[in-house]
Amino acid sequence: MSKAKTKAIPRAVIAGMAFVSGFCIMTIEMLGARILSPYFGGSLSVWGSIITIFMLALALGYLFGGRLSTRNPSAVTFAMFFIAAGVFSLPVILFADPIMRPIFMAIEDPRYGSLFAAIFLFFIPTSILGMISPYAVRLMVERQEHSGHMAGLLYFISTLGSAVGTLGTSFYFVLWFEVNQILLGTVAVLILAGCFVLLTHYVVNSSSVKSAQRQPKSA
Amino acid sequence: MRSLGKQAAFIVSLFLAGLAGIVHAETIHEERSKYRDITVTQVGERRCLLFNVHRGDRNQTCVMINARERLVFDYTRMSFAGLLLNPDPQRILVIGLGGGSIPLTFSDLFPEATIDIVEIDEAVVNVAEEFFFFEETDTMRVFVDDGRPFIKRAGLRGEKYDYVVLDAFSGDYIPEHMLTREFLEEVRAIMTDDSVLVANTFSTSRLYDHESVTYQRAFGEFFNFKLPSSGNRIIITQLQPLPPRGELVSRAMELNERLRKYDVPLSDYPRRLSTRVDWDMSRRELTDQYSPGNLLRGN
Repeated sequence: MSKAKTKAIPRAVIAGMAFVSGFCIMTIEMLGARILSPYFGGSLSVWGSIITIFMLALALGYLFGGRLSTRNPSAVTFAMFFIAAGVFSLPVILFADPIMRPIFMAIEDPRYGSLFAAIFLFFIPTSILGMISPYAVRLMVERQEHSGHMAGLLYFISTLGSAVGTLGTSFYFVLWFEVNQILLGTVAVLILAGCFVLLTHYVVNSSSVKSAQRQPKSA
Repeated sequence: MRSLGKQAAFIVSLFLAGLAGIVHAETIHEERSKYRDITVTQVGERRCLLFNVHRGDRNQTCVMINARERLVFDYTRMSFAGLLLNPDPQRILVIGLGGGSIPLTFSDLFPEATIDIVEIDEAVVNVAEEFFFFEETDTMRVFVDDGRPFIKRAGLRGEKYDYVVLDAFSGDYIPEHMLTREFLEEVRAIMTDDSVLVANTFSTSRLYDHESVTYQRAFGEFFNFKLPSSGNRIIITQLQPLPPRGELVSRAMELNERLRKYDVPLSDYPRRLSTRVDWDMSRRELTDQYSPGNLLRGN
C-alpha cells in the first residue's frame, strides 16, 4: 500500500479541499459580473464573457492538472495550487480598475471589452483552481478499479461546493459584505486551505516516520 | 403569520387584477427578447407595453392611439417636472426607452434639442417603433447599449447633457450598477451647472432608504417628488443648490400651457417637490462594492 515515499493525506481532507475549490470558483465567478458591470454594463453578453472565460480557464486547468498529476503526485504540489490560486486572485481586488480602464478605453464594443477584461482578471486564478480536481483524483486513487468511483465522488463534492458558493454569494454574501471583502475572504480561504493541506501532510508523515523507517525503501 | 396572510391576499389580488387585465386586453404582440418578455396589449384606444407579464403585469408605458400626445402614466408626466429647474433643455439624455413616450414628448416640445436615448434591448426599440409611434430622427437617436458604460464614455469624451432622465427599469428591477454612488458620480460628470437630473426610482421597500442616502451623498439636497396616485418616486436634482420654491412656481406658470396637451399638470408640481428627509439616514450608501439592490427590495 505505501509504495510511495511519503504517506498520502487522508481522503477526507482531499475531498474537503475539492469542496473548497468548487466553492471559491463560483464565489469569484458570481462576483465577476459585479466587478465588470461598472465598465461594461449588465448586459447578457457580460455574463457570457465571464462564463466563457471561466470555462476556458477551467478546461485548461483540468488539462494541466491532469498532466502534472502523472509525475510525482504530492500533497505539497496540491497545497501549492490553493496558495497560488489565492495569490493570483489578488489582482482582482487590487488592480481591477487599472486593468479594466484601458480595456474600456480601447474597446468600444462591451462584448469584447468584457471578454478581454475577464481574461486579464480571471483566467490565471481560475486555471489554477481547475488544476485541483484532476490532481485530487490522482491523490485519492490507489487502485485503478476504483478510479471512476473516486472521480465521481470528487466531482460530486466539488460541484456541491460550487452550488453552495453560488447560492451563498448571490443570496447572502453580497448583502452582508462588500465585493472586495468577499474576494479577500476567498483569498484567505484558499491560502488557509493550502496551509492546512501542508500541515496535514507533515503531521501524517512525521507520525509515519517511525513506521516508514522499519520498511525497506523501495525507490 | 398575519402579515404572511396579508401578503398572500395581496399577491392573489394582484394576480387576479393582472388576470382581469389580460382577459379584457387584446394582446397584439408577444415576444421573448434577450432580456425580458415583451407584451403589447390594447384595450379600446389604449395600447400598452408590458414587461414580464407573468411575474408582475407591470405596464411599462401606454399610449392612447387616438390621442398620442397624451401621457397616460403619472411617472411619465412627472419626468417633466425637471423643466421647473431647466425650462429649455438643448441636449437631452434618456436612459431606458420603454415605449418612447418621454423622448417623443421632448422632441415635440423642443424640436431643436438633441435627444440621445440609451436602451439595452434592441427588441424594445423595434416594439417602440412598430407599436408606439416612435421614430428616430436626425436629432433623436437611439443607442443600443447599457446606460452605465454609455454615460461613462460620454463623460470621458467630455460630452455634456442638460437634461438627464434615468428610467432604466426592466419590469420591476433597476439594474444594480445604476444605483451606485460611483454611477451617480459618472452622471455628474456629464452634467453642467444648468443641467437637471430626473431619476425614476422606487418609493417603497428598504431600497428607498438606501437610494435616498446614495443620491444625497452624490448630489446633496434633492427634490423628492411623489404623488399619492403613483407608486413611483422621482428624484430631481442638479449640481447647483436647488432653486427656491418661488422660482419653481413661476416656471410652472410659464410652461403650464405648453404642457397641457400632454396631460402634464405642471402647475400642480411645485408644491409636491419636497426636500424633507423622509428616509432612514442610517442606511448604507450603495456603491459598486455594495449594491445588493434587488435583495433589498424585500422589506
